[in-house]
Amino acid sequence: MSNPQHLQYTKEHEWLTAADADGVSTIGVTKHAADALGDIVYVQLPAVGDTVTAGETCGELESTKSVSDLYSPVTGEVTEVNQDVLDDNGLVNSAPFEGGWLFKVRVESTDELLSADEYDALTHSS
Amino acid sequence: MSSLRLTALDALHRALGATMTDFAGWDMPLRYGSEREEHLAVRTKAGLFDLSHMGEITVTGPQAGEMLDHALVGFVSALGVLRARYTMICAEDGGILDDLIVYRLREDAFLVVANASNAQLVLDELIARAKGFDAVVTDDRDTYALIAVQGPESTAILADTTDADLPGLKYYAVLPAQVAGREVLLARTGYTGEDGFEIFCRPADAEPIWQALTAAGEGRGLIPCGLSCRDTLRLEAGMPLYGHELSTDLTPFDAGLGRVVRFDKTTNEGAFVGRKALEQAAAAAETNPPKVLVGLVSEGKRVPRAEYTVVSADGAPIGRITSGAPSPTLGQPIAMAYVDAAHAAPGTTVAVDVRGKHEPVTVVALPFYKRAR
Repeated sequence: MSNPQHLQYTKEHEWLTAADADGVSTIGVTKHAADALGDIVYVQLPAVGDTVTAGETCGELESTKSVSDLYSPVTGEVTEVNQDVLDDNGLVNSAPFEGGWLFKVRVESTDELLSADEYDALTHSS
Repeated sequence: MSSLRLTALDALHRALGATMTDFAGWDMPLRYGSEREEHLAVRTKAGLFDLSHMGEITVTGPQAGEMLDHALVGFVSALGVLRARYTMICAEDGGILDDLIVYRLREDAFLVVANASNAQLVLDELIARAKGFDAVVTDDRDTYALIAVQGPESTAILADTTDADLPGLKYYAVLPAQVAGREVLLARTGYTGEDGFEIFCRPADAEPIWQALTAAGEGRGLIPCGLSCRDTLRLEAGMPLYGHELSTDLTPFDAGLGRVVRFDKTTNEGAFVGRKALEQAAAAAETNPPKVLVGLVSEGKRVPRAEYTVVSADGAPIGRITSGAPSPTLGQPIAMAYVDAAHAAPGTTVAVDVRGKHEPVTVVALPFYKRAR
């Protein structure tokens, strides 16, 4: 499907990159999640320097119809948030795996993660 | 899933890639693409809707008008043939059971259109209230599919598919006509705040009519539109939605819609279901206004949603949100809310408790949007 093979996924429909040389992963929500939400009109992200905890809420996505909590798939310190997404929430809908990324974390530990194939299976059965 | 009712256009919605939703037991298109784009298409060009979930009930017979005068709050028998009226059905205690559009098809025939969620209740009530009248109430929910074309381009689009006299078809009027060669009831009504038409057709004719309108809409900006944008369109237009602004706990006077209650009816010696309670509600609204339905506009981005609490500038609860959404036309979150009369004046600054944070909002007069005529 449309879920890139090089990413890992959560049951809460987030994706994250493998940690880079500094141990930092980029996190976003999947196209499946963005499509299900519809037009996103408000994005609340953790602040740079915050510590996020795997499996706990760290922000909010609001669409025309609903409010969804954003769960962190990892534990660690937030190193960057995507200002472009805060300025233009529509990026989450139009480019969820690219320009619509949400925040970056220096990863200490992760929750249970899914491969692209496992995530495909999850979203097709639901 | 399997228990949901499907409209005659179901296969077409799926082919168009619609996101579907359970609405009052029907599997309906929520949106086909971006609900914001669908909303703006209706405001600037045109949108095509499947509204086949709406509940059609026909009342016929020599006393059909008198019977509806008794059953509803409106003066239905005074309606001209081929005209339509917005009205309500209330309980004996004055509580709103549903809001309705009534079309007079002939001297002795009326089409009542109820909300999908209330259609069975309205049908049962009308059958019960018809006792003693020479009138027959017929469940026509499966007789009709309903397609709406709404927006400034809707007349031009529809004109390509029908010989009906569209300039002669006034707002809130109805006409038996042919669309795409099929017999329909063509009404100039809608729930979007734009000019537009609602087409009651046989379910078997729904797909060819939809396709003909789609073809006529090419180059005119017509796109298929789901219930999500229908909700934001009616909210901008300040139109109430049953279950949100209207409920059995409220009378038409509570909802600021006392004008639909016609105490001046001359049929049945002026008697109708709920009259006594509604007279008291009317008097109370004059002397001791209860909560008032107002519009709210937020300067922020967070959306005041249904059931959120409205608070005064000093943080005291003063009301509750009934509907809220980001307004594509205004570019700001908007909401309707029942608030204490003391805080209901346009220009008043109040706040909404958005998940624990008080977001300032301004009271405005309804509607939020009114089309240029």
